[in-house]
Amino acid sequence: MKSSVPTTLAISFGLFFASVNVAPLLAQEAAPQTKPGAAPAAKPAGKPAKEAVEIKIGYLRAYEPTLALSVLDVPPRDEGVAGATVGIADNNTTGSFMGQKFTLDVTEVKFDADVTAIFDEMVAKGERYVLTDISAPQLLSIADKARDAGILLFNVGNTDDSLREEDCRINVFHTAPTRSMLADGLAQYLVWKQWPKWALITGSHDRDKLFAAALRRAAERFGGQIVGEKEFTDTGTAKQTDSGVVQIQKQMPVFTQDLPEHDVLLVADESEVFGSYLPFRNWVPRPVAGTAGMIPSAWHPASEQWGGAQIQNRFEKASGRRMQSKDMNAWTASRIIGEAATRTQGADPAKIEEFIRADGFSVAAFRGQKVTFRKWNWQLRQPIFLGDGRGVITTSPQEGFLHQVSELDTLGVDQPETKCVLK
Amino acid sequence: MRKRSIVLAGGLLGLAAASPASAFMAYVSNEKDNTVSVVDTTTMQVVKTIKTGQRPRGITISHDGKFVYLCASDDDTIEIIDTATSEIVGSLPSGPDPELFVLSPDGKTLYVANEDDNLVTVIDIESKGVVTEIPVGVEPEGMGISPDGKTMVNTSETTNMAHFIDTSTHEIVNNVLVDSRPRFVEFTPDGKQAWVSAEIGGTVSVIDNASREVVHKITFEIAGLRAESIQPVGIRITADGKKAYVALGPANRVAVVNAETFEVEKYILVGQRVWQLAFTPDQKQIISTNGVSNDITFIDVATDEPVQSVTVGSLPWGVVVSPK
Repeated sequence: MKSSVPTTLAISFGLFFASVNVAPLLAQEAAPQTKPGAAPAAKPAGKPAKEAVEIKIGYLRAYEPTLALSVLDVPPRDEGVAGATVGIADNNTTGSFMGQKFTLDVTEVKFDADVTAIFDEMVAKGERYVLTDISAPQLLSIADKARDAGILLFNVGNTDDSLREEDCRINVFHTAPTRSMLADGLAQYLVWKQWPKWALITGSHDRDKLFAAALRRAAERFGGQIVGEKEFTDTGTAKQTDSGVVQIQKQMPVFTQDLPEHDVLLVADESEVFGSYLPFRNWVPRPVAGTAGMIPSAWHPASEQWGGAQIQNRFEKASGRRMQSKDMNAWTASRIIGEAATRTQGADPAKIEEFIRADGFSVAAFRGQKVTFRKWNWQLRQPIFLGDGRGVITTSPQEGFLHQVSELDTLGVDQPETKCVLK
Repeated sequence: MRKRSIVLAGGLLGLAAASPASAFMAYVSNEKDNTVSVVDTTTMQVVKTIKTGQRPRGITISHDGKFVYLCASDDDTIEIIDTATSEIVGSLPSGPDPELFVLSPDGKTLYVANEDDNLVTVIDIESKGVVTEIPVGVEPEGMGISPDGKTMVNTSETTNMAHFIDTSTHEIVNNVLVDSRPRFVEFTPDGKQAWVSAEIGGTVSVIDNASREVVHKITFEIAGLRAESIQPVGIRITADGKKAYVALGPANRVAVVNAETFEVEKYILVGQRVWQLAFTPDQKQIISTNGVSNDITFIDVATDEPVQSVTVGSLPWGVVVSPK
């Protein structure tokens, strides 16, 4: 694991230009053609044909070291940031042909810190696009200020449905999926498997309860049945102790003993208090899914389909570890900005924003189909991966879950139900 | 076994009705099971299976038909298969993760896309040496070369460009933006256009080779299928320049395009996830690789009807047909 995150990651490139021909946007004279055999056109060491325009991207992150029940699940130090870094490098390779240079500036704060002052500093540095991995109150404390300054925020880490619903903002784009999208992706598969009876154990923290609510909603939508529920109260125990396993092996069967008959044991424990203890320790032999067992996610470190092997290799080479969901969310956000800059051929924030908001905007992001935004709340449509610790089991939407606009809109809150009024 | 012999008999009957082609061998790379299936195009039967390196994908053949070149992507090498013995007789230094390549018209040079390193590697076949490496965009994939051998085109899948490279200087002379995930490049036989497929964009861009501008964008529409499932990959154009075939990936179809008007004239249902295409040298048949259904489909070029599907190895990726 990396010991620190560089606060500024300016990836500089030897610029090598050749003309970029785009009809009809760019006239021929704007892109002087190099005659074959004439001056070097594509040498990295060659002189830059002109000064590259700079596109500054900020990354605002609330970070504190967190523990997990399994050390394998401890979030990497640079989770998310590493994805943005690879996205910026990809943008710069393309930028070398376009005369654009992208930079990434990472700012870290504590979980409950006031982010307004630090955000002002980022704005002062000229960052027009800011990737955020912060809490909902933190995001809402800067969203309107950002809007007034013409700054686009890309939420790469927060799964709260409220940020896309009652607290949605016109200038906040979400590449992270919501809890309801994750829960719907899971529920569709369980229904497809014809395992419709679910028991649910929920942690005692707010975010655990939010995910449990998303699971209940998914059950109702797709024909699952929650036959029984229990809460596991966090009494502040240590995550792992020398002889803890002995007790857990006795506690978990007893705790799950009185649940009614079910096909699948669902668990909502985002706080990592007990969930990972459930698989293989529950009273009856039933699969576990939710925040442990089979887990829905935006990405999977082992996904290789749809060209995924390429981004995985590139990511591992750059960061020394496998790519997590938050890394993919941040990579996608960086690429959205890069794609708009490439297509509008410049650094004009108004044009870039207009391009991202236009009908038909999409990016390719190793998800088997183009990913696009829901224009009613600027949530990225995306498939949901279902995997265990080792590999991808399936991706949702599942076959047969139909929708009149996009099958991806069977995941999460759809337009007719949204509470979002963009402002 | 019984089922297979019935299928084969059907194939033979079908062929007997059509004018019999002379015997060509089709070589199909099977990405999943690390083999190449050798298929007799007359009997439409697998006659041999060659064990190869890891993850065989791009496949081509020397102009004299003596050697098949195969990208063994996960072994970071290009394997040379002697077509007389079906043995691997050597390798070429490909650079990391070779996926697709193109052979120069004079048969001396191989241009290889290295997906992991944003490079095109130029290999001299006789000396088996790397001539140079050309930096291109992110995830280079599609490779095409003009009939006169002067211009090579590489597409980069994340940068979304077709890079036009002068083969005498090995330098990029033009970059043309196309739609998302450009996968394949095919020049028209007269060298006047380069056709570039965009898998996620769902289009084929026709680029004028003189102005290096997109002069037309071909789109596809299939009743009952969502636009997202139409993902163009392989392209082949008939020698007379009149007709183009475009493999449409998970749409499970090959589009037939009038290469003069750019109108899509027909969609041929083949197998699942169709990626690459190859003509027989007499251009009477075109063969598609259908990855998910583990088969290839022979299409009659005169009628544009699918004639026969033949089961090959696991996840067939590329196909090339021997010139004799």
